[in-house]
Amino acid sequence: MLDCTPKEITERKSGGMINPAKTCQPIGAMYAALGIHKCLPHSHGSQGCCSYHRMHLTRHFRDPVMASTSCFTEGSSVFGGGANLKASIQNVFHIYKPDVMAIHTTCLTETIGDDVSSIIKTADVAEGKLVIHANTPSYVGSHITGFSNMTKAMVSYIAESTLPVKKEQVNIIPGFVNPGDMREIKRLVKSMDIEYIMFPDTSGVVDSPMTGEFEMYPEGGTTVEQIKDTGNSQLTLALGRFASSDPADLLNKQCEVPAAVLKTPIGIKATDALLMTLRNSFAREIPKELEIERGQLVDIMTDTHFHFHGKTVAIFGDPDIVTGITEFVLSLGMVPVHVLTGTPGGSSNSAAGSFEDDINEMLTTAGITANVKSAGDLFTLHQWIKNQPVDLLIGNTYGKYIARAEDIPFMRVGFPILDRSVHSYLPIVGYQGAMRLIEMISNTLLDRADRDAKDEDFELVM
Amino acid sequence: MEMNEAKLQEILDQYPAKVQKNRKKHIFIKRSELESQQIEANTRTIPGIITNRGCAYAGCKGVVLGPIKDMVHIVHGPIGCGYYAWNTRRNKAKSDDPKQNFINYCISTDMQESDIVFGGEKKLTKVIDEVMEIFKPKAITLSATCPVGLIGDDMGAVAKAAEAKHGVQVLSFSCEGYKGVSQSAGHHIANNILMEKVIGTGEQEEAPAKFPINLLGEYNIGGDGWEVERILKEIGYHVVSVMTGDGSYEAIKNAHTAELNLVQCHRSINYIAEMLETKYGTPWLKVNFIGIQGTIESLRNMALYFDDKELTLKTEAVIASELARIEPVFEQYKKICEGKTAFCFVGGSRGHHFQNLFSELGIETLLAGYEFAHRDDYEGRDVIPTIKTDADSKNIPHYTAEVDEKRFRLKVSPEKLEELKAKIPLGQYNGMRFDMKDGSIIVDDLNHFETEEFIKLLKPDIFTSGIKDKYVIQKMGINSKQLHSYDYSGPYAGFNGAVKFAEDISMGFASPTWNFITPPWKNQPLLEGSVTEEGVA
Repeated sequence: MLDCTPKEITERKSGGMINPAKTCQPIGAMYAALGIHKCLPHSHGSQGCCSYHRMHLTRHFRDPVMASTSCFTEGSSVFGGGANLKASIQNVFHIYKPDVMAIHTTCLTETIGDDVSSIIKTADVAEGKLVIHANTPSYVGSHITGFSNMTKAMVSYIAESTLPVKKEQVNIIPGFVNPGDMREIKRLVKSMDIEYIMFPDTSGVVDSPMTGEFEMYPEGGTTVEQIKDTGNSQLTLALGRFASSDPADLLNKQCEVPAAVLKTPIGIKATDALLMTLRNSFAREIPKELEIERGQLVDIMTDTHFHFHGKTVAIFGDPDIVTGITEFVLSLGMVPVHVLTGTPGGSSNSAAGSFEDDINEMLTTAGITANVKSAGDLFTLHQWIKNQPVDLLIGNTYGKYIARAEDIPFMRVGFPILDRSVHSYLPIVGYQGAMRLIEMISNTLLDRADRDAKDEDFELVM
Repeated sequence: MEMNEAKLQEILDQYPAKVQKNRKKHIFIKRSELESQQIEANTRTIPGIITNRGCAYAGCKGVVLGPIKDMVHIVHGPIGCGYYAWNTRRNKAKSDDPKQNFINYCISTDMQESDIVFGGEKKLTKVIDEVMEIFKPKAITLSATCPVGLIGDDMGAVAKAAEAKHGVQVLSFSCEGYKGVSQSAGHHIANNILMEKVIGTGEQEEAPAKFPINLLGEYNIGGDGWEVERILKEIGYHVVSVMTGDGSYEAIKNAHTAELNLVQCHRSINYIAEMLETKYGTPWLKVNFIGIQGTIESLRNMALYFDDKELTLKTEAVIASELARIEPVFEQYKKICEGKTAFCFVGGSRGHHFQNLFSELGIETLLAGYEFAHRDDYEGRDVIPTIKTDADSKNIPHYTAEVDEKRFRLKVSPEKLEELKAKIPLGQYNGMRFDMKDGSIIVDDLNHFETEEFIKLLKPDIFTSGIKDKYVIQKMGINSKQLHSYDYSGPYAGFNGAVKFAEDISMGFASPTWNFITPPWKNQPLLEGSVTEEGVA
């Protein structure tokens, strides 16, 4: 497996990728658009893009992922895609009857310079129907950027500040996480008795129940009315800087809703931070049930710490998820030695900071030096591991090749997970999600210990 | 329910007028009393329609080139295209030299905004240099994605310079996603260049063993190719190359030494089959290793072609022993499947091939079609001269193979060839419509709206399709099976494959999970009571 990967690391200056740890913007935009109720995502470009994105999302969620395409041919690439997009708008509303059509661009339509907002303005859109769009060139950023850009489009096209005084309600931008995570975050906020609007919200859409009937637009998703009302909220919580801070900033500029940018609430510290922000902003007590959950989590952490304390770990995936996982494994006493994301990671000079700075700061506090890289690829990660092996690899399904090649226990977290099911239903966020993560980490390590144990060392109690 | 033209019209009536006019030409109900039934195929998908189709890049790199294990395939473009065609088609491959097995690698130039503005040729050159330094492959392919063609990167020039610098073949494929109307354009582009630049470059003049064959259009999904090879080798054939499942550059170079080319997926590789005949005089035989009878018929046709007593005897012996082994098992599954109905919609050949297997299991196919076929795939090769070339097909460069003066050799005499053609499908392919029952429906480029409508009308017991449809169908409570990826099972080809398919399909029907769809409280009233003489108690 991956026998062609040499241990010796040669400098690669081309900027090309070998075994990428990211993909392109449009798939993120498509996923975000699915989080609007009765919305059909539309891919403006060649039909292959739309097909690939639907394929990939469907494999991760094992649920229908509906989206249409402008079906470019060479002619439309030369003469521009205006006619194709206008025909698409007409056909989509006539045949598939969504309330909203959310268009994202592809590298093709970006390269030829289609002016999507002008095309939409001159298109014939029926009363009460809505067309929004996001520019998502594939040659900028990653799928996370695309998710962020489509979420921004929801704000720019729909959000309005209509009241003189802000409502006592919170906007929650959950970032590129599974519907199970979105449900869990909503449960936390609900249990604090705070009014909220989560957007986008794919729960109910890509984890819809089996009823014997196919619903093109299942019950889930944020309604247009709700997105409109985000402009009247008192606060926006942007969970995960990479996927969520830009739309939150835009909402602040557009509707004067202040934003708090927090980590994706993976693990105890980030969940504490989320609840504390809600508590302080809305003057609510943390309910007893959450305190009990937290206590249970800490109990589990102390009960099991010896299974993972000091174990080395390599973590890769999307930046917000990797940040959360890194923080949590540090809380468990584990030692991250390789941390990598494929998404470009901002810079130390920018106001938002950088992925590498964030991770290094956490590691430095813990007294750990590690390989940390944004805009990296899995070839790099594999070479790092060859040079400095780890006890556990954490990442999406693509990690299984490295795990097999190097014979390392492997735990699947993030996007995409193509070879296992149920993951998208069960949260990794909040205290409950943290418990699940501990179960996954310790089971992975203990299963391996059992497998490797000699007969005489094979034990009943561990 | 009997399907008729009026019911079809009711479905079409729900479309806007323009769409209706277009879609009408892509659908027909099989009527054998009609001599010909023309269908429109390989034309543009209507913008806004939820189609299952992919793009030229998907057909070129994703289907044809990707499975070649000992070449490094570089995708020149933004990251997505390379990423999505990375290990997603289940083309199994095992290399004799693990240091030359690149099947699990995905290499992309990951073009950034500056590359779009200033051109990506320099970056591509650097990536090739790095690939040579790290992997030292014997050959490289470069596949273009949409923006590459638009900004005018000269991949051909980059390839040529890299060949000169590194001394290995670097093949450039202009398979930008917008070319043509589906994956089909990409197949053609890949075929042309493999033929022009790889096939025939090997040094062998003759195959090292008797009965040498190439297996074309077999991508070894779920190990299909390995099962077919197992049977062929047992009979005594020498498999020169498989294009391209578990395929290797080294083997493909010597593909000219085969005495016969077998064509499994006609759509994706018929160009190479034809060109091999022109260039080297090697006939091609349409085979179908999906289904027990299909496999038997293909093996017998091959035996007829080679006309060797020993080979024929061995063919029959292998068939007999395989049948004796699998039939009892197959019969068990047949009991579960018998009497059921199916929709069969996928790709370029599977929509047709799998109908045999369904029918052997007692399952009738009510609707079938292809994602990216041409008219001949539905109507038979005889209609090829009548197919009009439109602007979208004209954009695909045409490569004409010429006779290789040194290596051209008639494998059978012209008289014998004519005699064989009357018996076996040499250079011939009957379209899907010939195998379908009267009243069944054939749909080209089936879309989501039609999928829902046809299911509601005909309520099939199983729908074999791709991943994008799978869960839509299942949500309707209907068993669904992916025929692109086999739902991560397989092989489905050959004798063992038929049994595996029967097992998987039966499992889909027999699974108790379907019984839980309706919750018990939906069938029982909330208040339970009894009616007495005084009224409801």
